[in-house]
Amino acid sequence: MSLMRVGLAACGLAFAGFLACTDIAVAQDSLKSPTMDAIKKRDQLICGVDTGIPGYAFQDSKGEWQGLDVAYCRAIADALLGSPTKVKFIGTTSKVRFSVLASGEIDVLIRDSELTFVRNTQLGLDEPAYNFYTAQTFMVRKSLNVTHAKELNGATICLLTGTTLETNIADYNRANGITIKTLLFDKPEEAFAAADAGRCDGYTDDGGSVAAARSTMKKPDDWMFIPETIGGLQPIGPYTRLGDQGWSRLVHWVQNAMIEGELMGVTKANVDQMKASTKDPEMRRYLGLEGGFGVLLGVDNDWAYRIAKDIGNYGEVYEAYFGAQGLGLPRGMNNVYSKGGLFVTQSWH
Amino acid sequence: MTRRPSRRARVAQWVLLGVVVAVVWFLGSIAAATSARRHGPLSFAYLADPTNFDIPFRLIPWTIGDSYGRALLVCVLNTLLVSAMSIVAATLLGLLVGVMRLSTNWLVRNIALGFIELVRNTPQLVQIIFWYVAVLETLPGPRQSIRLPFGALLNIRGLYLPSFIANDLATALWPLALVLLLAVPFVWRVPFRDFPLGVKSFLLVPLAVLAFVAGIDHTDLPAMQGFNIAGGVQVVPELVALWAGLSIYASAFIAEIVRAAILSVHKGQREAALSLGLRPRQVLSKIVLPQALRVMVPPTTSQYLNIIKSSSLGAAIAYPELYEIFAGTAMMQSNREIESIALLMGVFLSINLVVSAFMNWYNHRIVLVGR
Repeated sequence: MSLMRVGLAACGLAFAGFLACTDIAVAQDSLKSPTMDAIKKRDQLICGVDTGIPGYAFQDSKGEWQGLDVAYCRAIADALLGSPTKVKFIGTTSKVRFSVLASGEIDVLIRDSELTFVRNTQLGLDEPAYNFYTAQTFMVRKSLNVTHAKELNGATICLLTGTTLETNIADYNRANGITIKTLLFDKPEEAFAAADAGRCDGYTDDGGSVAAARSTMKKPDDWMFIPETIGGLQPIGPYTRLGDQGWSRLVHWVQNAMIEGELMGVTKANVDQMKASTKDPEMRRYLGLEGGFGVLLGVDNDWAYRIAKDIGNYGEVYEAYFGAQGLGLPRGMNNVYSKGGLFVTQSWH
Repeated sequence: MTRRPSRRARVAQWVLLGVVVAVVWFLGSIAAATSARRHGPLSFAYLADPTNFDIPFRLIPWTIGDSYGRALLVCVLNTLLVSAMSIVAATLLGLLVGVMRLSTNWLVRNIALGFIELVRNTPQLVQIIFWYVAVLETLPGPRQSIRLPFGALLNIRGLYLPSFIANDLATALWPLALVLLLAVPFVWRVPFRDFPLGVKSFLLVPLAVLAFVAGIDHTDLPAMQGFNIAGGVQVVPELVALWAGLSIYASAFIAEIVRAAILSVHKGQREAALSLGLRPRQVLSKIVLPQALRVMVPPTTSQYLNIIKSSSLGAAIAYPELYEIFAGTAMMQSNREIESIALLMGVFLSINLVVSAFMNWYNHRIVLVGR
């Protein structure tokens, strides 16, 4: 009797939902990190990234995920699970990214997302680290002869919906008494195509994404960045759910480890040699030779060594995706403090 | 005669209903609790709050800082506009292709077949993006606009039509013009010397035009200014591409409905009409189509509902309809996800219920009266 079967299935579904709910409740009561436990149990990190934007997260011709945010995900998996390949990447649109994270579908969101007050407080999300500094940049055709953002009065700009970019443009319009028109797209591919075809006068996003957009244009040399940016400095970084300090702490220290590696000159190529010969106490603690710092973080002591060996330090990752081998974006403020950039790290003791 | 369901089946039905209610209640309570934890209890008070974004295409005035409620209204009108345009176009195109499909001419018949199979068997989103890219790739930039008659301009930013600026009398004259136009079908039936007035009622049309023209102060011609064309009315390419994508897709399905409906009219009807001396065209318009219409209306209604729902695919090509703006920008800025999605669903549900109620009424009106 099919009706009976449907009824039974519905009962089963309700029961499963009930179980899932109690599971969440129990997990939230414990003081350990439920996210880390869940990741270890499934032996896989689920990482929310961009649907595909050069620089941050994209799939190469073999279908492998590449990019700055992807490297961060791999580094976390490497620290916690011992392998940079134990990651499942979920492409998220700007519209749904925070809902996907809040619902628990992903463990961490690393999707060139600006860290903001409201997202931290109202959305209840944690912002444990910075992995890129940028500002909202406009890209226009050179033939328009625009040198300042204020000259864009009356121009139409293509951008993605569900982002802080719209708020910045609205604020800029009101502050300067001008009208920059916007055309809002759900996904980057169509937005790039519309900009390239000339439907809009320009394209806007954070500096890294705009560099990525330019790389997809038919004639990248026809386009220029307007030097003036709007919306102030945008720190970009990973998001976790508030309330799981253990997990947020690991995400925070993975980024620190990549910066620390660059500050100390540890690279993919020399890390084994360093490990064998170093007498520097800070580096010995960093590489897990003394101090037992991995255990304090809930992982093993070789975690930072593995990141340096498999992923490389922050500078190496930047070079691969945004530097000369990637989008050709100068490092500027995305350098370590000792070379004039903004990246610092807490002391390793 | 329907058979009474067995006792066991009735018990199973009640159990099923109970389970469904329990599951819905359970999910609803989780949603409410999650929402309460994240930003207080469910509340629609945010609709009165000021927004901080622009809506690039709208039918009524909009400025940054207007309320979320007005943003909802702007988006509803945009959705209704593209849906209404698509329903009209899909019906006309579907009727044409459906009749072509039954043509005795081999070429005509197979062109219609090819069209239907091509359109029916490719994803609608792909078609919409195809039309968008096709539109964008073929049109020139704003500085090389194509000049059309009456001062209209066509370029990649859209079709710019001259707009009419009203004078003081327009507030009275323009509604009068509309009333005159709407009166035509009624005047048509007014009896005059035992006959309806008929074609003579079209005399009202020039009167309406006259009333409209008398209300015009001057025309605003579109012209290049700065980056874009200023003045006139802009029809954006997003609207045109979405219109094409929605109506062509639905027309293939409507064409098949039309074909099936025509074939459902008994052969004897056609033969009887021909033997009475009616011409083939008269047979189609006076005998076959009126009877086929009764069969067509219910399945066509569901195509109309599909068009309205699919209008949300416009988000992919930057057409500012409900899903893109209200469940995108507005949702992001207000951080009211559950409320925004609930409102979105409520609006689509209301629109579709109204349309299907109207179609049911129409279906009831034309249903064959048994004698």
